[in-house]
Amino acid sequence: MTPRVTFAVATRVLAQLRRDHRTVAMLIVLPAVLVSLMWWMFQDSPTTFDRIGGPLLAVFPAIIMFIVTSVATLRERSSGTLSRLFTMPMAKLDFLLGYALAFALIAVVQAVVVVSISLYALDLDIQGAAWQLGVVAVLDGVLGTALGLFASAFATTEFQAVQMMPAVMIPQILLCGLLVPRDDLPDVLRAISDVLPLSYAVDAVAGVAQGNGFGSGAGADALVVLAFILAALALGAATLKRRTA
Amino acid sequence: MMKNAAAVVCRDVVVVRGEREVLHGVGFDLRTGSVTGLLGPSGCGKTTLIRAIVGLQAKVTGQVEVLGLPAGAPKLRGRIGYVTQEPSVYGDLTVTENLRFFAAVLGVGSDDVGRVIDAVDLRSHADVRVDQLSGGQQSRASLAAALLGNPELLVLDEPTVGLDPVLRRDLWKLFHRLADDGATLLVSSHVMDEASRCDRLLLMRDGDLLADETPAALLESAGTADLEQAFLVLIDQKAGAR
Repeated sequence: MTPRVTFAVATRVLAQLRRDHRTVAMLIVLPAVLVSLMWWMFQDSPTTFDRIGGPLLAVFPAIIMFIVTSVATLRERSSGTLSRLFTMPMAKLDFLLGYALAFALIAVVQAVVVVSISLYALDLDIQGAAWQLGVVAVLDGVLGTALGLFASAFATTEFQAVQMMPAVMIPQILLCGLLVPRDDLPDVLRAISDVLPLSYAVDAVAGVAQGNGFGSGAGADALVVLAFILAALALGAATLKRRTA
Repeated sequence: MMKNAAAVVCRDVVVVRGEREVLHGVGFDLRTGSVTGLLGPSGCGKTTLIRAIVGLQAKVTGQVEVLGLPAGAPKLRGRIGYVTQEPSVYGDLTVTENLRFFAAVLGVGSDDVGRVIDAVDLRSHADVRVDQLSGGQQSRASLAAALLGNPELLVLDEPTVGLDPVLRRDLWKLFHRLADDGATLLVSSHVMDEASRCDRLLLMRDGDLLADETPAALLESAGTADLEQAFLVLIDQKAGAR
């Protein structure tokens, strides 16, 4: 791995995103729009919104980042640019980390927008600190990015990559505690939810929302999310093949 | 470096794709500092052979040695310039942005970017987005990226498709200039009239190497006036020998 190459990839991805206004708008505005929609749906029961509003800050950024990044490496494969890069001194991890860094920057903007709107426009009531909610929202966006890159390394066509979203993300959304608290799940499902990254993403947000700051519980959940991010990138790099049929 | 040392050595190269064997034991040397044409109809295995040499092809058996190392060795990365058939550059970036990126990955200075833009005659379009260029301009942008950092081996998969005759002539001059400076070039084409511009020719058909000759020797042995005819005679001879 070479920092020079990682940064070159990140800078290039950002330069491409700068030209693609529609994608940037989707990434930054969409989570805030979806949270606003939920707020409107639960207008008559604000306590429900206070309960699920936090977890949504974890779920929406993760899903949206997943979809965008899951086609990223496939695009490079079909254009031939990945072949060219593989004949150059670029480690596979340079490539994935470069993408992750670029999208992490987008995730920061995304988190600032969605957290600000949730707290100040939609009056989401949380006990913890706003900045901690922001940090966790960024981590969750990066988690979606890393899982998307991992899925992307598995797929051989863009068509297959898009199908990864229902396969990888929907089970996690069902089991992450948003619909049924994880403690109330049947034992087997509870055990499965314990090994899914989105569960920890939602726990971290819920922890901050309930006033358990990074010092008490939420910090550990956030670290687990970080570990999942690093593992997904490492596994993605291991799965990406230089030599193909 | 010795001028007649081989930059690429292939022996009994067999490649299997899916269930099918697409190269059936190909062998040849590429002399350092030469321009070799890889010719044959589309589907004959040219691209597969090229991908085996640059180390991107799976399921290769036999010997493929590049610059004294096994093909695909990490130490070869950056010493080989590879141009794929599709222009492998980013359509949503300008020519200069593309080249700056690849230069950064290679670790070569950005002054090299200007040099390769001039080499492929894209100065007037340096700041145009690649997806707004013509097909020929796009493939020249792709070629420019392969020239960054003066690689010792250039492997070019159909680099002159869709170019006008003047540009093709200029690019072949460039190829020979690079070879004179010590680089080794392997240039694939399915256009026979490009064959005469090569120092040596590899003729392929259905995953086999039919000939490994100089253009003059090929014409002489086939007894024909042009290389297209020579290719047909060779195919008939092989068919007769079976």
